[in-house]
Amino acid sequence: MPESVYYFIQQLLNGLTVGSTYALIAIGYTMVYGIIGMINFAHGEVYMIGSYIAFAVLAALAMMGIDSVSLMLVSAFVISVIITSTYGFAIERVAYRPLRNSNRLIALISAIGMSIFLQNYVRLAQGSRDIAMPSLITGGWAFGPEDGFQATVSYMQLIIFVVTFVSMSALTLFISKSKMGKACRACAEDLGMTNLLGIDTNKVISLTFVIGAALAAVAGVLLGIYYGVINPYIGFMAGLKAFTAAVLGGIGSIPGAVLGGLILGVTEAFTAGYFSSEYKDVVAFSLLILILLFKPTGILGKPEVEKV
Amino acid sequence: MKSLRFAPAALSAVVLLVLTSLMLGIRMESEGTSLIVTSADSETLALIAAGALVVFLFQLFRSGIDNSLSGVKSVIPSVSPDKLLSMTKGKSTRTTLICFAVAALMIWPFMVSRGAVDLATLALIYVMLGLGLNIVVGLAGLLDLGYVGFYAVGAYSYALLNQYFGLDFWSSLVMGGMLAAFFGFILGFPVLRLRGDYLAIVTLGFGEIIRILLNNWTALTGGPNGISQIPKPTLFGLEFGRRAKEEGNVPFHEYFGIAYSSEYKVIFLYILAVLLVILTLFVINRLLRMPIGRAWEALREDDIACRSLGLNPTAIKLSAFTIGAGFAGFAGTFFAARQGFISPESFTFIESAIILAIVVLGGMGSQLGVILAAVIMTVLPEFAREFQEYRMLMFGLMMVCMMVWRPEGLLPMKRPHIKTKKTRSEPDDEVTATPVAGGA
Repeated sequence: MPESVYYFIQQLLNGLTVGSTYALIAIGYTMVYGIIGMINFAHGEVYMIGSYIAFAVLAALAMMGIDSVSLMLVSAFVISVIITSTYGFAIERVAYRPLRNSNRLIALISAIGMSIFLQNYVRLAQGSRDIAMPSLITGGWAFGPEDGFQATVSYMQLIIFVVTFVSMSALTLFISKSKMGKACRACAEDLGMTNLLGIDTNKVISLTFVIGAALAAVAGVLLGIYYGVINPYIGFMAGLKAFTAAVLGGIGSIPGAVLGGLILGVTEAFTAGYFSSEYKDVVAFSLLILILLFKPTGILGKPEVEKV
Repeated sequence: MKSLRFAPAALSAVVLLVLTSLMLGIRMESEGTSLIVTSADSETLALIAAGALVVFLFQLFRSGIDNSLSGVKSVIPSVSPDKLLSMTKGKSTRTTLICFAVAALMIWPFMVSRGAVDLATLALIYVMLGLGLNIVVGLAGLLDLGYVGFYAVGAYSYALLNQYFGLDFWSSLVMGGMLAAFFGFILGFPVLRLRGDYLAIVTLGFGEIIRILLNNWTALTGGPNGISQIPKPTLFGLEFGRRAKEEGNVPFHEYFGIAYSSEYKVIFLYILAVLLVILTLFVINRLLRMPIGRAWEALREDDIACRSLGLNPTAIKLSAFTIGAGFAGFAGTFFAARQGFISPESFTFIESAIILAIVVLGGMGSQLGVILAAVIMTVLPEFAREFQEYRMLMFGLMMVCMMVWRPEGLLPMKRPHIKTKKTRSEPDDEVTATPVAGGA
């Protein structure tokens, strides 16, 4: 095979790696939107907080002299997910619940305020400079010609694929099989009616925020280790990209969020690989505008009927 | 006691501890290649504990606190611009009052320091931006999170037109406004069909696209280094520098035969800003009385009703979007002229959020409120310089708190309306009661 094929495969792999983490974050947007119809603008910051906590845990374990990589990874995931979910729960309680029945714009502005608050809270607590960590997992498989361009799959990329796949499957199982998942689906269908039927919708909404935050934390841990550098501002762009992914796939639909995340990640990787990495954000947002123009409901979204 | 709820109170305190534990409670620092985690100083830890205690006690006595607070809430006066203006009965008194206010604004800078005038100019730029965004967000109800993109278009069009074609401030002011409006039109045309929150994200993406383009198109815009040495505005060709920069121009102080002072330039810029704000206010107030202004507000209140009455929502939204963008362009051109230097750094999302916060704080749709909020937002940080670090934190918190407790803003907008006078002094229910009694 010619070298260009390996280059293509490499870009595709990089795109799928980033795309699957976008998908994880996008699920948080899409679930919240599906149930209460608001954009949780602070979701990107939740992802950023997940990264910070993972870094703290990993650094603390390294200082204690624990060098088993699997133990470090598992504890980073568990602690980060627990604390970040608490953030998701608290954000909904403080900033969104009092506004449940008000205008959409009012809830969105509150969410933007929350996002600015969280970003600066982390900045004040941990400083605004980049925090770097030596890479935890190194190495990978290379394939391709010995003397030319080789496509590589690093072990970290592999871990990202596996963890994303496991989390998605767990979520799908939860939503389709468990009682709470059924309640979630009912709420997405008709919130008022579900409430009338005796389901505690407040609990379901809280749960949605917790699940979204937990998945964002998973993405935060993965991307944090993958890139090795974090700062308080990474949440803004990641959140925006993930929202783009959610809209791309059709907001409110979980498979749509996954599809949108993968498409966005691959598009970005190809733009960066073949054109210029500076313009990859421009391409991502242009893609969003184009999709909204020609298919406002997204790829897998259901058309929303406006009722008087 | 029923009002004491231990379990929820303890839960909130625990939640607070969990939230702060690995964030405020630790410090991460890079040391060489590895990352070091230390626990925060004892002062911070004590603060966290105190915070948890406060939350616990607050939740414990919540019902009691709520009761006493509800009394306080009603004490807060709801001042409306309507009331303020109704104090000045009659059109002539109102005009006199406005004239006095304008005169005071004009004379004031000659009596205070240069720094204060400079700050006031900055506040006026934000007033202009706030008023422009108020059309889009407050009146037409379209959430525009990329407003700073149009501001950037205005600023860069003056800088570039001057650099490449040598256009002066005055013609660029018109061009900058028109170009920004054109950008608004081009963007608005496709996206205004979208529902409110999609629109917010698309405009946000658009603002980011503009910033990234400005940052990366180094050949044209100078990239992150920006454009410097943008000339200041002139007064009918009179420059405000010590010596005229262009051949044949006469500096202001030589023309009038007075001593040179750098203050003239600052005061001139200030007066220019005041005039621009007055122009903005005038245009917006005229527009509001035109059918188009009424249509904006009607559309904000009910999209479907508007459509069923034969109004074209897209055209109405587009007009609001374009006009709002145009005002951002004016403000941008003036900003470029005042700074003399612009770079993409000045046009980040935070700037959009600040302008949005001005509109929200002032009360969506209320022009007096927006002016007040813009002044507060620019002047307050100057007085609280030692809290500079916490500025954005407070800012985010304020946005959330305003939305939760007072979503209508500081000075809520009140529609001008006429109350029909009752012909008789009898209360209403007596009138309605009579026929019932007659029927029985």
